[in-house]
Amino acid sequence: MITVLSDAGTAVVEARHARASGDDLWLHKDAVHAASAWTLKPEGLCQGEICVPVPRTDAAHYVSGSEVNIAAFWRLLGRPVLHDRAGSSWVLGAAAGERATTLTSLKAPDFELPDIDGQQHKLSDYLGKRVFLTTWSSW
Amino acid sequence: MYEEVKNENFVILAVAEESRGAATAREWIELAKPTYPVLIDTEHRVADLYNMVNVPQAVWIDEQGQIVRPAETAGSHDAWRARNRADGSLPESAATLAERARQTYMDAVRDWAIHGAKSRHAYTPAQTRAHLALPGDNVALANANFRLGVFLRQRGNHEEGDAMMLTASKLRPESWNIYRQAMNLREIGPMGFAADEAFFARVDELGAGRYYPPPDIEGFPAELGFEPTA
Repeated sequence: MITVLSDAGTAVVEARHARASGDDLWLHKDAVHAASAWTLKPEGLCQGEICVPVPRTDAAHYVSGSEVNIAAFWRLLGRPVLHDRAGSSWVLGAAAGERATTLTSLKAPDFELPDIDGQQHKLSDYLGKRVFLTTWSSW
Repeated sequence: MYEEVKNENFVILAVAEESRGAATAREWIELAKPTYPVLIDTEHRVADLYNMVNVPQAVWIDEQGQIVRPAETAGSHDAWRARNRADGSLPESAATLAERARQTYMDAVRDWAIHGAKSRHAYTPAQTRAHLALPGDNVALANANFRLGVFLRQRGNHEEGDAMMLTASKLRPESWNIYRQAMNLREIGPMGFAADEAFFARVDELGAGRYYPPPDIEGFPAELGFEPTA
């Protein structure tokens, strides 16, 4: 069992669909979407309209049989990849440039968080209202 | 403030950057008795998405979901640094300054809550972009380290989790969120105030630099409000 944290959320991938090998994370192609929001297609690894072709040199480092090396693709996209020593917990991070592009567009990035009673709230639930989004902490 | 400006076009979302989770936030929420949603953000996702480095910071978002003021200090002021660390007292002049800062900011929020785009405090797109701080690669890597650190700690792997949060703080030393949340998880009890000697030394190192950079609002006190020690 491997846990993958990404902008898609927190995904737990069954052991038979995930294999960590050093800095590489091989996921069964059917498990890739839940763990990363990307999908393996004939044209490459795709999210919506955007597809990253499998690099011709070293193709076996990215796709092998029914497995996808999501960590290798992530690094190809210039995004941070981290894992614990055991290789059982991974972060597929966002690139600074992606965050910067979103902020510069001025479209407020959406998120979903629970309130104290566990009820989920999305920022986009409040479209049509002015939102004063503020932060605080106990520490 | 919310009760005063409450109208059908305005809502407050108060996000607790709280890696210890709802149980820790609950005691504070029950004290404040807010009538607006309080959200629990264990991963500091909002800070990641909006490039925030401290609390309280706020973003103003209009009816179309457009940012009209990017992340900025939500009314706090560095006058707190005049506090006497031996007896905890705050000189009256500093308290007055902090209160004036808070009032000035809240007046601006209230103005926008009522007048929306017509408020002089709502930026144009060009003004918003001019006030945006954009993250660099160090920030992306710091956020990834922080997120995995919080997760590993939740799983009981304190050693690796703490190391990752320390790495996150080194990658992004200007984030008080990362530094203090890590301290809170590592050393201090659930209700602990993450302000030990190391924290004050770090604040002192700022010298005349700000812990709470002032928001760009006419009338917001520009003075430091304390004597820099460094």
